[in-house]
Amino acid sequence: MTGGLSESGRGSRVTIRLVTIQIIVVSLLLTLGGRLWYLQIRQGAQYTAEAADNHIQQVVAPATRGSILDARGIPLADNETRLVVSANRTDLLKMHDRGKAVLARLAGVLGLKPEDVAAKVRLCDAKTPKPCWAGSPYQPIPITDEATTQQALQIRERAEDFPGVTAEPTAVRRYAGPGGANAAQVLGYLSPVTDEEITKTKTGPAPLLRSDQVGRSGLERQYDTQLRGKAGVTRYEVDNLGRVIGKAKSDKPVPGANLVTSIDARVQAIAEHELDQAMKDARKELDRNTGVNYKADAGAVVVMESKTGRVVAMASNPTYDPNAWVGGISGKDYKALTGKDSNYPLLNRAIQGQAAPGSIFKVISATAAVRAGYPFDGNYNCSSSYSIGGQVFKNFESKGYGPISLGRALEVSCDTVFYDLAYRQWQKDGGNKPSHPADWFYRTAHDFGLGKETGIDLPGEVKGRVPDREWKKSYWEANKDSWCKQGQEPGADDYAGKIAKENCESGMRMRAGDSVNYSIGQGDTLVTPLQMATIYSAISNGGTLYNPTVGKAVISADGKNVQELKPTAHGTLPFDRRTRDQIDAALAGVATQGTAAWRFQGWPQKDIPMHAKTGTAEVYGKQTTSWIATYTGDYTVIMTISQGGTGSGASGPAVRNIYNALYGVDDKGKADPGKALLPRPEADLPKIDKDGTIEAQKIEPPSPSPSRKEDKQE
Amino acid sequence: MSATDGYKIRRFSPERGVWGRLTARDSVLRRLDGIMLLAVLALSMMSTALVYSATRNRAELNHGDPYYFLLRNFFNIGVGMAMAIGAVWVGLRALRGAVVILYGISLLLILAVLTPLGATINGARSWIQLGGGFSIQPTEFTKITIILMMATILAGKVDAGDRAYPDHRTVVEALGLAALPVMIILLMPDLGSVMVIVVIVLAVLLASGASNRWIAGLLATGVVGCVLVWQLGVLDTYQINRFAAFANPALDPSGVGYNTNQARIAIGSGGLTGAGLFHGSQTTGQFVPEQQTDFIFTVAGEELGFLGAGTIILLLGVVLWRACRIARESTELYSTIVAAGIVAWFAFQSFENIGMTLGIMPVAGIPLPFVSYGGSSMFAAWIGVGLLQSIKVQRPMSA
Repeated sequence: MTGGLSESGRGSRVTIRLVTIQIIVVSLLLTLGGRLWYLQIRQGAQYTAEAADNHIQQVVAPATRGSILDARGIPLADNETRLVVSANRTDLLKMHDRGKAVLARLAGVLGLKPEDVAAKVRLCDAKTPKPCWAGSPYQPIPITDEATTQQALQIRERAEDFPGVTAEPTAVRRYAGPGGANAAQVLGYLSPVTDEEITKTKTGPAPLLRSDQVGRSGLERQYDTQLRGKAGVTRYEVDNLGRVIGKAKSDKPVPGANLVTSIDARVQAIAEHELDQAMKDARKELDRNTGVNYKADAGAVVVMESKTGRVVAMASNPTYDPNAWVGGISGKDYKALTGKDSNYPLLNRAIQGQAAPGSIFKVISATAAVRAGYPFDGNYNCSSSYSIGGQVFKNFESKGYGPISLGRALEVSCDTVFYDLAYRQWQKDGGNKPSHPADWFYRTAHDFGLGKETGIDLPGEVKGRVPDREWKKSYWEANKDSWCKQGQEPGADDYAGKIAKENCESGMRMRAGDSVNYSIGQGDTLVTPLQMATIYSAISNGGTLYNPTVGKAVISADGKNVQELKPTAHGTLPFDRRTRDQIDAALAGVATQGTAAWRFQGWPQKDIPMHAKTGTAEVYGKQTTSWIATYTGDYTVIMTISQGGTGSGASGPAVRNIYNALYGVDDKGKADPGKALLPRPEADLPKIDKDGTIEAQKIEPPSPSPSRKEDKQE
Repeated sequence: MSATDGYKIRRFSPERGVWGRLTARDSVLRRLDGIMLLAVLALSMMSTALVYSATRNRAELNHGDPYYFLLRNFFNIGVGMAMAIGAVWVGLRALRGAVVILYGISLLLILAVLTPLGATINGARSWIQLGGGFSIQPTEFTKITIILMMATILAGKVDAGDRAYPDHRTVVEALGLAALPVMIILLMPDLGSVMVIVVIVLAVLLASGASNRWIAGLLATGVVGCVLVWQLGVLDTYQINRFAAFANPALDPSGVGYNTNQARIAIGSGGLTGAGLFHGSQTTGQFVPEQQTDFIFTVAGEELGFLGAGTIILLLGVVLWRACRIARESTELYSTIVAAGIVAWFAFQSFENIGMTLGIMPVAGIPLPFVSYGGSSMFAAWIGVGLLQSIKVQRPMSA
């Protein structure tokens, strides 16, 4: 002990400071412990996930999209193999020049500019302009999907010159259009997934991948999940430089299931052809009301199985080639499909086109009359015109027949019978001062399924409209300001001005004229062709309103797993068996001795009872809409042509030709089962083998429709 | 010296052999602080496992030999232990006479770093390559010589009984002797070591009993200095960002921010029990740079979890607790100052090193005592332990 210092030799100041140091040390260590607890225990799960993201990289092998097949297994949409040349970025970066030389050689072989190829493999970020690769850097990046066999061979044979480059046959969507059946609006189309969709589905059961194509309309959209299948994902453990250090859990791709539809490609082709032909013919026809030829700017036809609601054919015109979407649509094509002057060929007018139904609505009015207490067989005066308070309502399609039954009124399409019934009912409901109105005519329309979707398995169906009191009121609320303004303007004494004034004053009320017009399917009523197909199918099958379906079964790629889509119903028609039979008989009469008789001359009515109803709907400011609704025991066919003239005139021959093809009926009216395409709805599903091959019959393009007798109505 | 015939009191016999001296009840061995030694040994064992885990796959570092760093770490620990034994053997008091020489040697060594003898690693010229894969970092030893030098000056008059506390003149002298090596280290520039030395100087002044005004003045100078650097725009934005990246890695995502982020992911993903030794994906995938040296704590965090990483903090706490005890129980101011300086050195390095991996301190190249791989730091830390032990064994039995 050199100092031999006593305790007093060290001041208390030192002791206090030593304690201070000790306290600081303890608090520092406690801080570390606390922070460690916070990171590892409180936020441990989050960091575990981040660590997994960090060192697991995924390589996605996209699943082959399932085919869309017709009822007999003929592919309406399938995949074709194209040679896709891709570059693996990870491999390129390992080279000392970061793959520059290889990409330049590749550009030479493919006949592309080297800078374009280089641009395609760079990764997208905020500063990089397109083109760039937005997907995972571990994913092979496609350079072109249009390589020729020769180019692919060059790349594969000189593999040592092209390390990291592959030329692989890859499946690309194809809309085959078998036998000319294009069915564009029914099939829909695909386009690449958006960032928004990726984030949206990230946590869901079926997350979308960067490489995915998503169905945007039609069946492609409706059955997107089933058709897409599940992409295979190989997960690699990588180190900080992206070098693979191991392989983690991997999922094999599950190819998408095939969708079997009730569409028959042959019938579809004929329906499309006949619709197109009918519209072309209508354009040659002079419209006496306007003094110019019919414009026939749009049309639709639906062929439905009467007993199930399955759609055998559905055509919409104008149409387009769905292959335009494959491999990314060009700006020019996109404009042609969606531009202002395009007439919107993407619209499926069978479910998205709506118009007043005209006289094909009368089956609803007739049912409403029976429900309101008017006997079907009673005598109703079919006068040549009907006037209410000085306003004269014409008997458009018909002439005066004197007292006739409701059945006969349907046959000859007598408007005045329905005017009278509607007017009397309107009076009964209280006229201009309604009190507890029964509204049989409107209620019956709702009961027939109008004013709401039919529930078909296609996206974007529209509802149509029943112009009942509720609608009138809300419509008036929405429009009264502009109507009243227009009605008060000086010089507003033209037709439009008068209507505006009248609407301003009494548009909130159900007026006598509204009800009278409504009873024959004119005015504000809007229906889709599919709604009418559902209704006429229901009349045919005894009253069941089926949800129309296009999809019939979803069959896994190996054919093992078959999920049938059974027909479902959403209601029954509000009439009893007797009324049904009476209406049925009347509609048969339309085809034999009524307004459609001249179009069904020589039809084997005994073997295949044909029923029909024609309609011609007035559209303000446009030419009339042609409607024809027909059915047999098996099928219902509805056709409409906007600005196409009368129902039987414009659409009659086309519908007759469709039936001829379905049943194999020749010009002389002889049914030949050998020539019939589909005398009975297809009941069986096509067979799909274990290896995915589908047994399907060959299909021939439809024969040009038999020459038309340009006969005129008497 | 008293003796009875036929009975030899071994205890006071000057002829005792080495063995006898080591096993006697008052022997050096028995007076050693065993708890601290056990804690340090445990840390060294963990160090070896973690260094091995961090380097066994790094072919570009370990020359293809997975045991390269494992063996070298063992070697470093061995040398460190030998140095610690030497320090105890010689004794702190005996060293007191040689402090000036040691201080001089350390000054020469850090000066040599600035000559062509020095090597630059990670932006700081603070190494001397010795060949054979060995190199030394003289700043590690400078920490010790500064503590010893300042303690000698500050405690001189007090231990002689002349004064109760060091006077101003003594403090100025001591600060001057500390400032000299700091200037040289700033030239390297090795800012991490400078930070450690500043904290050591502060603790040494505190423990010496120097006037409060000196403590306050030193703290104020530090604060004013920082504010001036900030306000005068001496630093570019990227430098400020780099400094602040510990709190917000997005400020410097490719540089320090990357380190902090990956370190945090590694530690956070460990959870309670960790991925298991050799099973950490961040470690195996080499996502954390400098993982065997400055970021060794992330290996513990990821592979041993909260329990293992917490154990390291706990063991460091044990070492510091025993060191504080030694500082308080020492009756000589010289020993107290040395012990306090070593406490500040170990405590600050531990806090800064672990703190930066946890994202609560800025990133600086400071090793974790006893755990980080590295010869010089391991040697210096063990010498520190040796000095603490020599204080313990040399204090009078009565105390």
